[in-house]
Amino acid sequence: MLQFILKRLGLAILVALTVSFISFSLLFLAGDPAAALAGETASGEDIEAIRVLYGFDRPMLVQYGEWLWSAVRGNFGESYYFKLPVSSLIAERLSVTMMLGVCGITFALLMAVPLGVLAAMRPNSIIDRIALFLSVAGQALPSFWFGLILIVVFAIQLRWLPVSGAATWAHFVMPTIVLGYYAMPAIMRLTRAGMLEVLSSDYIRTARAKGASELRVMFRHALRNAIIPVVSLAAVQMGFMLGGSIVVESIFALHGAGYLAWESIARNDLPTVQALILIFSMFYIVFNFLADVLNAWLDPRMRSS
Amino acid sequence: MANTTVDPLLEEIIGPTPGQLLRKRVFGHQGLMIGAVVLVLITLVALFAPQLAPHDPYAQSLVARMKPPVFLGGTWEHPLGTDHLGRDYLSRLIYGARVSLMIGAIAAAISGVIGTAMGVAAGYFGGRVDAVVTFLINVRLAMPVVLVALAVVAILGGSLTVVIMVLGFLLWDRFAVVMRASTRQVREREYVAAARAIGASTPRLLLTEIMPNILNNLIVVVTLEMAHAILLEAALSFLGLGVQPPTPSWGLMVSEGKNMMLFEPWLVLIPGAVLFVMVLAINLMGDGLRDVTAPENRN
Repeated sequence: MLQFILKRLGLAILVALTVSFISFSLLFLAGDPAAALAGETASGEDIEAIRVLYGFDRPMLVQYGEWLWSAVRGNFGESYYFKLPVSSLIAERLSVTMMLGVCGITFALLMAVPLGVLAAMRPNSIIDRIALFLSVAGQALPSFWFGLILIVVFAIQLRWLPVSGAATWAHFVMPTIVLGYYAMPAIMRLTRAGMLEVLSSDYIRTARAKGASELRVMFRHALRNAIIPVVSLAAVQMGFMLGGSIVVESIFALHGAGYLAWESIARNDLPTVQALILIFSMFYIVFNFLADVLNAWLDPRMRSS
Repeated sequence: MANTTVDPLLEEIIGPTPGQLLRKRVFGHQGLMIGAVVLVLITLVALFAPQLAPHDPYAQSLVARMKPPVFLGGTWEHPLGTDHLGRDYLSRLIYGARVSLMIGAIAAAISGVIGTAMGVAAGYFGGRVDAVVTFLINVRLAMPVVLVALAVVAILGGSLTVVIMVLGFLLWDRFAVVMRASTRQVREREYVAAARAIGASTPRLLLTEIMPNILNNLIVVVTLEMAHAILLEAALSFLGLGVQPPTPSWGLMVSEGKNMMLFEPWLVLIPGAVLFVMVLAINLMGDGLRDVTAPENRN
């Protein structure tokens, strides 16, 4: 088990390093970062001065090493636009995004797991068909459009919820639904498939033969085993969702890290963009690693692969 | 259709041919048929856009701004109304189908070539090649797609070509994962071993033995990734960092209508609904193709 964890950890670190290099290279994809920073009216000397000031005149790998070393210690440089340390900018915004992510995944699980269980209990029933429809529709629903429809209906027509912002819990209701609905189809399908498989196994027949109630069979015996892959999928989805929060946050003007990413991209604030790409990737890598370890811990067969 | 000449009695004895079974599965699958019909219709509309569109999708008219659609009291002059610059909404929707389908198809083709090459190589050769490809898939999955796509489009400038290339180079992961798994399965089959035993070269083995047998899975992923690319393009354009105005893109139309959403919600509802229907149709087709080609559903 320890060997498995160490191997996965090594792989995770290697992936993280590669991602960090790619997000760092974005700076150079933009052409001359010094010229971009100096603006269109700058003279050749100004550009040179900025080049030296920011250290763009040194070899790329040296710059990467320095950037990475600072990043590991939590220093991502200074934002071009806000003229503030990127790390404090992000730290300020991250709580909103984390909150949104936790609410979103909770909503997705609360919707998807019961629906998946019900669908598996009665395959091809009305409930199964509704669950299938919701998941197929969910995959095709453009999240930005879904968000706007919710705003039109619940904020403008019915006036039940505030349009945008993050002041109270009510502000998080619509963003949670939009973000959570995005993760729901995959979780629902996996719950349903897992339950169908478990329900046809011998120990469920035994439990039924012993006279256990249907509710007890479902939740005490079946779901406990079917839920394992669902939990690790939820962890992976959580990582994806944080990266996808950029769309949701921009629709609802929720000033989280996703909104900051959108603003920074629009303003060419590359140090902030680099840091955000790295941080969102790290979330995914950490959640993926946790999912792997959880799987291996619960199911020893996974450790060999 | 050589089967039609077979004696009915004989047909009863030997049963339906594999081709007949496939046709029965395809035409008997509701989702697949609905998806295919809708997609064919949208494709035809996109192909014949110049003939079908009632107006020039770029022509502005300051006197005819934000005319409502027919069902909200408008006239047949502009069946779906006009936008904030007085451009005919129906014509922009029709030309928007071209943009979406083109982006989806080309992006899926690019990522398909990259992902299939990686996946087949990993699955066939195994060992170090497999380790490298698996690592690259992990790296790709760790990068937040929307964020990276937005950043690259912002840096390189939003044009149709840039958006297509960025999506094409980002969405290869599912191709690689699925093609790797299918190749590993097929590699172990007897006919591959037989071909190898008679001295077939590796390229020949890959092209004539492996590829034809993983093609059904490839087609399924192509459809699903096409839908994915279309949704992403719409999201990028909605955020203002995708296809640039005045190009008629459905995501851009939603974004442009957003400011008038309070008074004219149809400006947002119509292009979003069309996008939803198109992606739904492609997904239904992809899911359906998976159902009818999956081995466990044979017979």
